Amino acid sequence: MTDLPNSFRTGPDERGHFGQFGGRYVAETLMPLILDLERHYRAAQADPAFKAEFDYLLKHYVGRPSPLWFAERLTDHLGGAKIYLKREDLNHTGAHKINNCIGQILLAKRMGKTKIIAETGAGQHGVATATVAALFGLPCTIFMGAVDVARQQPNVFRMKLLGAEVVAVESGAKTLKDAMNEALRHWVANVHDTFYIIGTVAGPHPYPELVRDFQSVIGDEAKAQILEAEGRLPDMLIAPVGGGSNAIGLFHPFLDDESVEIVGVEAAGEGLDGKHAASLAGGRPGILHGNKTYLLQDEDGQITEAHSISAGLDYPGIGPEHSWLHEIGRVRYEPVTDAEALASFQKLTKLEGIIPALESAHAIAAAERIAPTLGKDKVMIVNCSGRGDKDIFTVADALGVEL
Amino acid sequence: MTRFAATFAKPRPALVTFITAGDGDTAANLDALVAGGADVIELGMPFTDPMADGPAIQAANLRSLAKGTTTADTFAMAAAFRKRHPDTPLVLMGYANPMTIRGADWFAAECAKAGVDGVICVDIPSEEDAEIGPALRAAGVDLIRLATPTTDAARLPDVLNGAGGFLYYVSVAGITGLQQAAQASIEDAVARLKAATDLPVAVGFGVRTPEQAAQIAKVADGVVVGSAFIDIIAEHGDAAAPHVEAFTRTLADAIHGAKEIAA
Ligand SMILES: Cc1ncc(COP(=O)(O)O)c(C=O)c1O
Repeated sequence: MTDLPNSFRTGPDERGHFGQFGGRYVAETLMPLILDLERHYRAAQADPAFKAEFDYLLKHYVGRPSPLWFAERLTDHLGGAKIYLKREDLNHTGAHKINNCIGQILLAKRMGKTKIIAETGAGQHGVATATVAALFGLPCTIFMGAVDVARQQPNVFRMKLLGAEVVAVESGAKTLKDAMNEALRHWVANVHDTFYIIGTVAGPHPYPELVRDFQSVIGDEAKAQILEAEGRLPDMLIAPVGGGSNAIGLFHPFLDDESVEIVGVEAAGEGLDGKHAASLAGGRPGILHGNKTYLLQDEDGQITEAHSISAGLDYPGIGPEHSWLHEIGRVRYEPVTDAEALASFQKLTKLEGIIPALESAHAIAAAERIAPTLGKDKVMIVNCSGRGDKDIFTVADALGVEL
Repeated sequence: MTRFAATFAKPRPALVTFITAGDGDTAANLDALVAGGADVIELGMPFTDPMADGPAIQAANLRSLAKGTTTADTFAMAAAFRKRHPDTPLVLMGYANPMTIRGADWFAAECAKAGVDGVICVDIPSEEDAEIGPALRAAGVDLIRLATPTTDAARLPDVLNGAGGFLYYVSVAGITGLQQAAQASIEDAVARLKAATDLPVAVGFGVRTPEQAAQIAKVADGVVVGSAFIDIIAEHGDAAAPHVEAFTRTLADAIHGAKEIAA
């Protein structure tokens, strides 16, 4: 590895690239709009009132800071490193997604946009977007693959209760990537009044940067909390990676702390030889949804379908900053299968009384694998990115239980 | 003289037609387009995720991929077309990932080898030109750029920098196959673009009928029709060629005579 940067936290460059990744691969119609978004984001960053309003909403509406919980029973059970859980599951709407939605709707307001759109897979980002749209009184349309609409009925109903219109996307494979295509299509035709709240650290620049910045509250809090609890930095961070927003939110504030080992967990589905959603382990660089990043694709560059038991990880790409962190070796990415995640889902529930999201259960599974190999004097923080109530039907089904 | 230059030097507006490679009997449909009077052919490279396309062209992409169309197949169709039609300009239109996955140099060399005159890459704006522009220009293949209703005066020079063949004016801020823009806004835009470039200006998106095409042809150097052909192919499948040829002829008659009627 030559040419390592002095800091891992300065990206992206002014053209939105993290190394060879990222960028702005969008149709000309959208280009002026994302340049405009970038200008407004820079102005917001320089405006103390923007940060003050963001912080106020995170504290009083989302319920931050989220606790850092020492999972003592899980730690004792595994007999290795001390495991702390960053409790994003305790946020309003039950996951980290709301942090980003608060930031983006404040940007939408600054830009004078009057309509909100978003894509969603499992419905977590859709619910979080519909929630902030309700809070700000803006009409909201959520694009969701028809297959996901059918398998995530509770979240569809939640979004509708919140006043959102849910569009079932019938194109392509009718899942998350098609929902994103459809949201982009709608946006192209409505650029004058519509703000697109992207749900993860993907899409054209400046989305990966601004979503990361809004989610970095996770890592900033965790750092202060672990210093208070342990008087030192952790030895390891672990987080699940779909697009990668909860993971980069935890990781980014620690990237320059050399002693902290960082592990991102990709969904290995049925295993890397079968159907999976591990873009880094099983994909290669390409261009989709506005950015260059690792993608699951065939030799002609056709995008292949992802699979994970966790709808939130079921995406054939990954945020460009993760592709870069992978290539330069700052973050290690490990696969976890559906079966491993299912086992950890149950284990955490029984040992700690915390039902994690299936996405988060992937990170727990990696912790179970790694913690016993580390000494008891080691400390790790695992991102519990969301709560698992939304997943009980999927889990029951996988376990052969009829509800 | 390049094939583009020869085509646009004719004293009449050009009919530019789009079909998706591998959707229906592509060779027969391409021949039908030329026989019906099309001046420039755009051949769509199918992609799993055609983000800028409406339902008709999305479905064409998926039909083609379901039949197993590969990038090699598309180039073979292009090369065979070039053998049968030495003079008709041929454009490959598609998305960045299939074009760059083996490297832009590979793609540009294949284009040159197949006799492709120009490339339209929907999701590579001028900001990301390095991804494909230098390779195409080095191989002598024109990179055809898109201008849209949102392309403001400040951006236009960047869009034109490195552009070749013709300038494609996307007349509606939206996806393919939707409603047509108002004639007045098209006229304003074409005048603005022609003041900024010597490249011919072709107007597309939402043009479905000979009447619409004739209106646009009064002011533009070319008119692009796509989804209407895709609809014919969707309806008639492998037997679409005679229908394609007949429809092409009505469009060509309307467009080729448009400026004389106006004069
Ligand atoms: C609880 C939870 N964790 C993780 C993810 C994956 O997204 P990301 O990688 O952007 O954090 C999701 C997405 O829906 C989620 O709901």
